[in-house]
Amino acid sequence: MIKRFVMRFYVVLIFLFLYVPIGILVVLSFNNSRSRAVWGGFTLKWYKVLFMNKTIIHALYNTLYIAFLSALIATLIALPAAVGIVYMRKKQVKVMLAFGNIPMLNADIVTGILLMLTLSRVMNLGTTSILLAHVTFNIPYVLLSILPKLKSTNMSIYEAARDLGAGPVSAFIKVILPEIMPGVISGFFMALTMSMDDFVVTYFTKGAGIDTLSTLIYGQLKRGIKPVMYSLSTVIFLVVLIILLIVNYMPRDSKKNR
Amino acid sequence: MNKKVRRFGQGLLIVCVCCFFLTMIGCAKKENKKKTENSVNTGKNTLTVLNYGEYIDRDVLDTFEKETGIKILYEEATTPEEMYAKYKGGAINYDLICTSDYMIEKLKDEGELKELDIDSMQYYENIDERYLKLSKTFDPDNNYSIPYFWGTIGILYNSKYADKPVDTWEALFNGDYAGEIIMQNSIRDAYMCALKYKGYSLNTTDKDEILAAHELLLKQKKDVEAYFVDEVREEMVAENATVAVCYSGEAYLANEYNEDLQYAVPKEGSNLWIDSWCMTKRCKDEKNACKFLDFLCREDIAMLNFEEIYYPTPNKAVYEKLPKDVQEDTLVFPTDEAIANSEVYKTLDKDTTRLLGDLWKELKVY
Repeated sequence: MIKRFVMRFYVVLIFLFLYVPIGILVVLSFNNSRSRAVWGGFTLKWYKVLFMNKTIIHALYNTLYIAFLSALIATLIALPAAVGIVYMRKKQVKVMLAFGNIPMLNADIVTGILLMLTLSRVMNLGTTSILLAHVTFNIPYVLLSILPKLKSTNMSIYEAARDLGAGPVSAFIKVILPEIMPGVISGFFMALTMSMDDFVVTYFTKGAGIDTLSTLIYGQLKRGIKPVMYSLSTVIFLVVLIILLIVNYMPRDSKKNR
Repeated sequence: MNKKVRRFGQGLLIVCVCCFFLTMIGCAKKENKKKTENSVNTGKNTLTVLNYGEYIDRDVLDTFEKETGIKILYEEATTPEEMYAKYKGGAINYDLICTSDYMIEKLKDEGELKELDIDSMQYYENIDERYLKLSKTFDPDNNYSIPYFWGTIGILYNSKYADKPVDTWEALFNGDYAGEIIMQNSIRDAYMCALKYKGYSLNTTDKDEILAAHELLLKQKKDVEAYFVDEVREEMVAENATVAVCYSGEAYLANEYNEDLQYAVPKEGSNLWIDSWCMTKRCKDEKNACKFLDFLCREDIAMLNFEEIYYPTPNKAVYEKLPKDVQEDTLVFPTDEAIANSEVYKTLDKDTTRLLGDLWKELKVY
């Protein structure tokens, strides 16, 4: 009895720890006062200000644009790479993966400085340099999420498809790709969130006058974060929550059908 | 069949997500398109500007672009040190920087600044002589910088809990408010309080004076609730402390939320800070850069910025236009007597900086 109570209590405690900060953020986004310590009544004005504010909307656009495009490019690069790695000999696989993981294990600040030094030599820093940087750190994440799926797929079905007259490309797209699709999708989403989250690498590789949400919020720290940012964070949290619900709901459904 | 359902579902999900992102991007793109078209039209007619965060009315930038066709690439930073690192890093060529007094002096001494063409500026005379005189501490000939905003550091106190108005640094050191004190978590601001209380200059390089101030801060540490920078205002509004060392701009906002909070510049004097614009030696288009600085001095533009930021402005044309109750609000514009003993920070020599740094470390771990 007591044991059960303690177990429940522990779980509740952990969830409180995880969700109370989000709750506070949501509540503050409806606060009619600019101060965090004073409750000035309920208001929706920060949401109105949010959608009227060009600077924030522009930063939001940059964030989404870079996240979406970098995740897409990283997926397109990682997919053939994964196929290649699966067909390698064991020793080569180890070497490949070790090298592939270095950018992921590297501290963000090191990656950021390295990319700034390299990219600023080749081009003027701007949106493109952020995009390239994000693609760079996204590739290992996508690769690591596709590989296990590909390894558990029986490659004979590819050969069977070839035997039955499919060309190499159509055999891959029609037979292998559907098998590994869950891995590709989760890799894509992982890359998407990594890119949206990133501050350090973006901070170093961004050009003048270009801000993503994270760098914009950082710039506000001196004079206190405006409540508009709370409402923006609430909106992003809701969108992520909805995507997450859809993603989690899908595989469960298909398993039941099986 | 089931597999087909699953695949269909997955496909649908991807399409949904793509649609969502594309609409978001599409919505924002309209805005973006206007901007890029503008930059195409004007070619290379751009200025790269570095300023503190939230330190300008964004409409000012749009107005400037519309009036002159010069595009502003606007960058923000949090501290003077971060600005210095960003500029020295060299990844971006900044034309104009707005930063604090001692950082301007440092940049000037390193030969990183270009002289401004003040004669070409038609609105320069809007800047009050008084602030140009004060700027001479870090820019002796007034030819490298133009004051933007200024302010003081003082004591923010809660009149509900303090027995009498606080107007001296003594309140921080005599133990009256033990456990109820918030200090600034930055080297010079912390030592400044003790130096001024002892009657020394805050730019002192005398080792004995600094050590005396250090003694005082060590003794005070047990009474200090916390060393903060950005959280000072919110902590005071929430009434978590009675007295705090605070920037004047923050004090004004704190008073807006909690009327019991009062601000005073201690009678022993304090630090007076001036944030000014300067032009870097990497600036390629000096004419346009001066045009922008001149634009910022223009009365209506300076008024917009003042209304957005609400720090004391050095622009006398703006000051004269303000209603009397704002002019006389000591929370916004401190009186001449209040700042009579105050000084502007100067860059310290290397040895003093190192000494302060070492002492500060000792103080924080003590």
